[in-house]
Amino acid sequence: MSGTVVVAGASMAGLRAAEQLRAAGWHGPVVLVGDEPHMPYNRPPLSKEVLAGKASFASLAFRPRASVSDVRWRLGTRVVGADLDRRTVQLDSGEQLPYAGLVVATGMRPRRLPCPGPVQGRHTVRTLADARRLREALTRPGARVVVVGAGFIGCEVASTALALGADRVTVVDPQPLPMVGPLGALLAEALLDRHRRRGVQFALGTQVTAFQGDDRVSGVVLADGTALAADVVVESVGSLANTEWLEGNGLDLTNGVLTDEHLRAGGRPDVVAVGDVARFPNARYDGVARRVEHWSIPTDTAKHAARVLTAHLTGTGVPLGPFAPLPTFWSDQHDFRLQSFGAPVLGMDDVRVLDGDPAGDPEGDLLVGYHRGEHLVGVVALGGRRAVAAAARYRAELLEQPALAVPLEEHK
Amino acid sequence: MKVVVDMNKCQDHGQCVFAAPDVFHFDSEGRLAHLPEAAEASREEVEEAVDVCPLQAIRIED
Ligand SMILES: Cc1cc2nc3c(=O)[nH]c(=O)nc-3n(C[C@H](O)[C@H](O)[C@H](O)COP(=O)(O)OP(=O)(O)OC[C@H]3O[C@@H](n4cnc5c(N)ncnc54)[C@H](O)[C@@H]3O)c2cc1C
Repeated sequence: MSGTVVVAGASMAGLRAAEQLRAAGWHGPVVLVGDEPHMPYNRPPLSKEVLAGKASFASLAFRPRASVSDVRWRLGTRVVGADLDRRTVQLDSGEQLPYAGLVVATGMRPRRLPCPGPVQGRHTVRTLADARRLREALTRPGARVVVVGAGFIGCEVASTALALGADRVTVVDPQPLPMVGPLGALLAEALLDRHRRRGVQFALGTQVTAFQGDDRVSGVVLADGTALAADVVVESVGSLANTEWLEGNGLDLTNGVLTDEHLRAGGRPDVVAVGDVARFPNARYDGVARRVEHWSIPTDTAKHAARVLTAHLTGTGVPLGPFAPLPTFWSDQHDFRLQSFGAPVLGMDDVRVLDGDPAGDPEGDLLVGYHRGEHLVGVVALGGRRAVAAAARYRAELLEQPALAVPLEEHK
Repeated sequence: MKVVVDMNKCQDHGQCVFAAPDVFHFDSEGRLAHLPEAAEASREEVEEAVDVCPLQAIRIED
């Protein structure tokens, strides 16, 4: 079959999809459409090394495989609509782009707080441009920083801000502990303690209701009426899927693009979704469709989706079993790392310390296992290189566990 | 096929060890070590290792 594969979204998932299409044997034209002006770049350093000034912006660019030297890049271009029955996408230039196969890779954008008050001085961290602006604000001497949201980006930014010499860094979150959703209380307690020992302050179990200041932020008001002075506010309160351009096609777009077990959307063999924007069932677990915002997912989804799409385009059958990735994430904060393998969130009712002693050395390595019935479903390490290596040793065990039979409620 | 790892960038994530265990491993200290020369048969694995390195520290030179 001939025709073009259009990839909407030209970041990590888009790039990997193009590379994996070539690896799967698709030799036809590929066009990547991305609204950022840059070639694909690596996002994790935006809240860490790049924000800290330890890595250059230039060092972020991915090195595309030689196999994609002939794909067409339409950067600085937005996809504004799609007609999946007629197989076209519409660009902000007014152009209609016909496709034989469509890869949805438009990712997420940060959610913003709907609170009243000034907008200036409020930051998010998703793009290169965001990180540049925030770095500039944080390197002004004596900055007082309020980070709203104690998830992984919030905790990373708080630690980087402190390292940059911020006068005071306060993290606000409605939950009682940082990162308690992905980690559970046991590790979240240890994390809170380590942040506090390094000087990060926390306002937990409360939320921001308003911003103070005339034309720029000078403080945030919390639910109980107290106000925190702030020169810089970072909002890290979750993200929204970039799917508006797909509306009107009968797809399920609640919280990303719902796919089947082969990452195909809306029962269409010619439309696949990859990366953060895909809400897919994971056959490794309970088969419930979830979005997973981990760095490993763009690569994993791209590999599977590209094979499935290429098989369709070239008229062969689906070549593989259902998608069943092992979720993996890391987070670097201060001088320690968190490393997670598997799906801890499915084993929160039975959390066991596998190594280390939470009541002992407050800086000691910790390795925690999450269980469902008799099965280990996730491990998380907190600490240095040795803890991470210990977690990695459980990876094979996690890969061998049987699928969970009982479907769970969707956790998000 | 020559496999080059920028050890100034490497932060011992170990993702390459999972992707291409014939070419990458941890030493007894938990530090990454690798074979600088890999068999052509491992190309796909090594390409995967390149993809999954969070620091973009691995390069294949033909
Ligand atoms: C600051 C930060 C730190 C992170 N740190 C870690 C970490 O330590 N560990 C970890 O496991 N994960 C981390 N992640 C998560 C990881 O980076 C993401 O999962 C990954 O980047 C997702 O890639 P993606 O290509 O699916 O989405 P994105 O990178 O969001 O790419 C989507 C692209 O599509 C573009 N786009 C959107 N709409 C349109 C449109 N209509 N038309 C054209 N283009 C469009 C966007 O501008 C963007 O370029 C971090 C993420 C961020 C933001």
